[in-house]
Amino acid sequence: MILPWLILIPFIGGLLCWQLERFGNTLPRWIALLTMGLLFGLGLWLWATGDFSLAPAPGADPVWAAEFQLQWIERLGISVHLALDGLSVLMISLTGLLGVLSVLCSWNEIQNRVGFFHLNLMWILGGVVGVFLAVDLFLFFFFWEMMLVPMFFLIALWGHSGSDGKTRIYAATKFFIFTQASGLVMLVAILGLVFVHFDQTGVLTFNYADLLKTKMAAGTEYILMLGFFIAFAVKFPVVPFHSWLPDAHAQAPTAGSVDLAGILLKTAAYGLMRFALPLFPNASAEFAPIAQWLGVFAIIYGALLSFAQTDIKRLVAFSSVSHMGFVLIAIYSASEIALQGAVVQMMAHGLSAAALFILCGQLYERVHTRDMREMGGIWARMPWLPAVSLFFAAAALGLPGTGNFVGEFLILVGSFQSAPWVTVLAATGLVFGSVYSLIMIHRAYFGPAKADTALPGLKPRELSMVLGLAVLLILLGVYPQPVLDTSAASMQGVQQWLGSALNQPVLAR
Amino acid sequence: MQLTTQHFIALLPLLITSATAVLVMLAIAWKRNHAMTFGLSVLGLNLALLSLIPALGVTPIEVTPLLLVDKFACYYMALVLASTLACVTLIHAYLGGESGKGYPGNREELYLLMLLSAAGGLVLVSAQHLAGLFIGLELLSVPTYGMIAYAFFNKRSLEAGIKYMVLSAAGSAFLLFGMALLYAESGSLSFAGIGAKLAADGLPSMLAQIGLGMMLIGLAFKLSLVPFHLWTPDVYEGAPAPVAAFLATASKVAVFAVLLRLYQISPVTAGGWLSELLTVIAIASILFGNLLALLQNNLKRLLGYSSIAHFGYLLVALIASKGLAVEAVGVYLATYVLTSLGAFGVITLMSTPYSGRDADALYEYRGLFWRRPYLTAVLTVMMLSLAGIPLTAGFIGKFYVVAAGVQSQQWWLLGALVLGSAIGVFYYLRVMVTLFMVEPNLRRHDAELHWAQRAGGMMLLFVALLAFFLGVYPQPLLELVQQAGLVAIAQ
Repeated sequence: MILPWLILIPFIGGLLCWQLERFGNTLPRWIALLTMGLLFGLGLWLWATGDFSLAPAPGADPVWAAEFQLQWIERLGISVHLALDGLSVLMISLTGLLGVLSVLCSWNEIQNRVGFFHLNLMWILGGVVGVFLAVDLFLFFFFWEMMLVPMFFLIALWGHSGSDGKTRIYAATKFFIFTQASGLVMLVAILGLVFVHFDQTGVLTFNYADLLKTKMAAGTEYILMLGFFIAFAVKFPVVPFHSWLPDAHAQAPTAGSVDLAGILLKTAAYGLMRFALPLFPNASAEFAPIAQWLGVFAIIYGALLSFAQTDIKRLVAFSSVSHMGFVLIAIYSASEIALQGAVVQMMAHGLSAAALFILCGQLYERVHTRDMREMGGIWARMPWLPAVSLFFAAAALGLPGTGNFVGEFLILVGSFQSAPWVTVLAATGLVFGSVYSLIMIHRAYFGPAKADTALPGLKPRELSMVLGLAVLLILLGVYPQPVLDTSAASMQGVQQWLGSALNQPVLAR
Repeated sequence: MQLTTQHFIALLPLLITSATAVLVMLAIAWKRNHAMTFGLSVLGLNLALLSLIPALGVTPIEVTPLLLVDKFACYYMALVLASTLACVTLIHAYLGGESGKGYPGNREELYLLMLLSAAGGLVLVSAQHLAGLFIGLELLSVPTYGMIAYAFFNKRSLEAGIKYMVLSAAGSAFLLFGMALLYAESGSLSFAGIGAKLAADGLPSMLAQIGLGMMLIGLAFKLSLVPFHLWTPDVYEGAPAPVAAFLATASKVAVFAVLLRLYQISPVTAGGWLSELLTVIAIASILFGNLLALLQNNLKRLLGYSSIAHFGYLLVALIASKGLAVEAVGVYLATYVLTSLGAFGVITLMSTPYSGRDADALYEYRGLFWRRPYLTAVLTVMMLSLAGIPLTAGFIGKFYVVAAGVQSQQWWLLGALVLGSAIGVFYYLRVMVTLFMVEPNLRRHDAELHWAQRAGGMMLLFVALLAFFLGVYPQPLLELVQQAGLVAIAQ
């Protein structure tokens, strides 16, 4: 019974925030904090107590650490089917943590319509948890689309106005249209899969375990796989579909950016691992080289473009494109080490990107600009913040000792064997990463100062947030074993699906 | 044929609605009283709705060769009656309370016209004969001319009424010509008879195809499908808001129901160029409707264009015509009616008929959230539902249509649907954001609140809650629709 509560808690908490707004602005903040704390706590508790040695794998019915099923729309064989394995629990814990942080970092930033803001924030996170838990394809799509609406409001209503006053709505709309349209393509693919299954068995169902057994002609499988891939690629973001991301990030409030980079991008990677690969292993194997090259392209292109940015938030946004490229390569590498690396990278990028966005927000609150040409010389003008930024910039470029290093290293090691050239080119991303990370630090914090007045330092709340993230990132970098253990079984399953499909043509020859 | 009690029971909804119309007319002749007229209409419509329960007990039954009351007809009768009921409530809020304030002319006739039109809708959904179809369609349309031009002191309203009348008459002419050609070819006027005759001939002749094509044009006028959509935005804009709501819901539902019946029974459309023509119309409706809605600054025009697109989506299910298709149409129409009623209802409650124009410019809704939070919540749910976002009824409707399309592998239509709804999201979101924007020195253009407004408001809240409920738990609606299959096919 705990699984539905994981979803319901944020939704109920959000409604409470909205309704209790009339008693002042502080109450909704505390309720939101408590809600997210509860979610985070439950996530950790599940992680600590659950048995994650079993996970879905080919050839047998999926085994879950926890499961919940309730009839919903019987006419179409749709049920509220939630399930948890190692991958889900990691992602949910990350969601809870970043949820707490988003509430904390908007404590002072958001001053109007506080209750409604937190309603939207909680509902995004509730939708995301739903995505990580759903194993009914209809339910998955339901949550996938549902989390867009509050995100849209978050950007459109509390975003930064940008240059000519209209851009936050533009950015929010662009985000919505990209993800919604690609989501509909996925819906068509889901229905295609369901009806192929229906034609074979005469059973109309959206259940993951049943659909896994569907046999498909090669062409059908490829097209359906593409339908899923397009939806995930937009969210990922894979390069030709990435253009919504920098706009959305640049205009979103800090909490929105944290959620967007920290969690929403991960739903795409999660979707690929949970649905696209297991459901369509053969087509995915065929498609793997293309996906991997898209990943390489994303790494290099994202890195180059971040170097060219003057807006510090856009820089971090493009660096996300680059970092997620590594995850894409890993997912399609059919190597267990690389897949494990992808999980670590997802966690680490969640932490480091969240921290960088929080820092950007804190910087913006003090200097009132995100343009790095207007900054310069801040190192001398305020304590703490520049140094912490330097740490996270170093983490983003993959400095050993941080989680990012572990993730990228495992990805490169794992995928070298199957795709050496991809790996070699992807590794250049590390070099580019150091270039843009350092140029960011240099432009913003060093160089000639634009003014010499001292800026207010970080408050204990702000400092503890970023220092906490730094500690977690180092922990992940030094001792990633708990994370690796938790996701091992799930990743083994994914590896087997893709691996056996990859090996088939070899055997046939 | 002999009319038995059973026939009368089956016909009860229609009989009660017609009797109510007569009663309302007599009441107006005896003594003008707005509240009484409203009460009588609501009472009659409610009784008609209730009488569907005994009527369901005797279905399917043929009442004269013209009408066939089956579960399908009952379902659409319920939709027509419920949406008429909602529109009547809205009219009451729109026309205002006591005389002297509010609407300057006579108020009571609008109820009469709407009841007549609803009766036409009831005939239409149970028509199984071309004569029945024509009678129903004209009874549905002719009162609408009057209703659209009801705000006669407003130039736009008059203009819209005339425009609709002229074009509707042209549509009827097409329809009649098509019927004549079909009759010439098959020697029968009943749907089943035509279907059987044409099926017996093997390939239908050119004459029959042209006849069906012309009938399609006539019906497409009423449904405002591209390229017969030109009247829609003007008429929607000019008509008083509750009348526009009626036009968008009850009237279109009835016409689409009869089109579905015709399409399912007649084999001509199952293949050949007519089917391809319909595909082209569907794609054009989806794309043009959405594209033209993009830059509208008038909410009513925007809804008009979006309704063009929505009927394009519905055509996807119509063309699919197998498997889930009939159900998909039922679900989609129900959710669409709910959503349109909500959207037009909000416009109605914002408008007053005596200050000239309705409150339909988008800027009048800017920052509405801070003045009327509940009204805004309703409109937000409606916009999300029109865009087909989860947690709203619109999502279930769209899901069904996509399912029907996938099942019959209409990839081109699905492509258009995806593209169209991506474009559609843009303007729905624009409306939504407008509602929440805070602007300095907001211009106020709201109707004042009185009890009729509150009754309308309650109805709207109910509509919004229902839209939300059906989005979360659609099972009851789906079961209902599943029951409401077409009987004529099985026979």
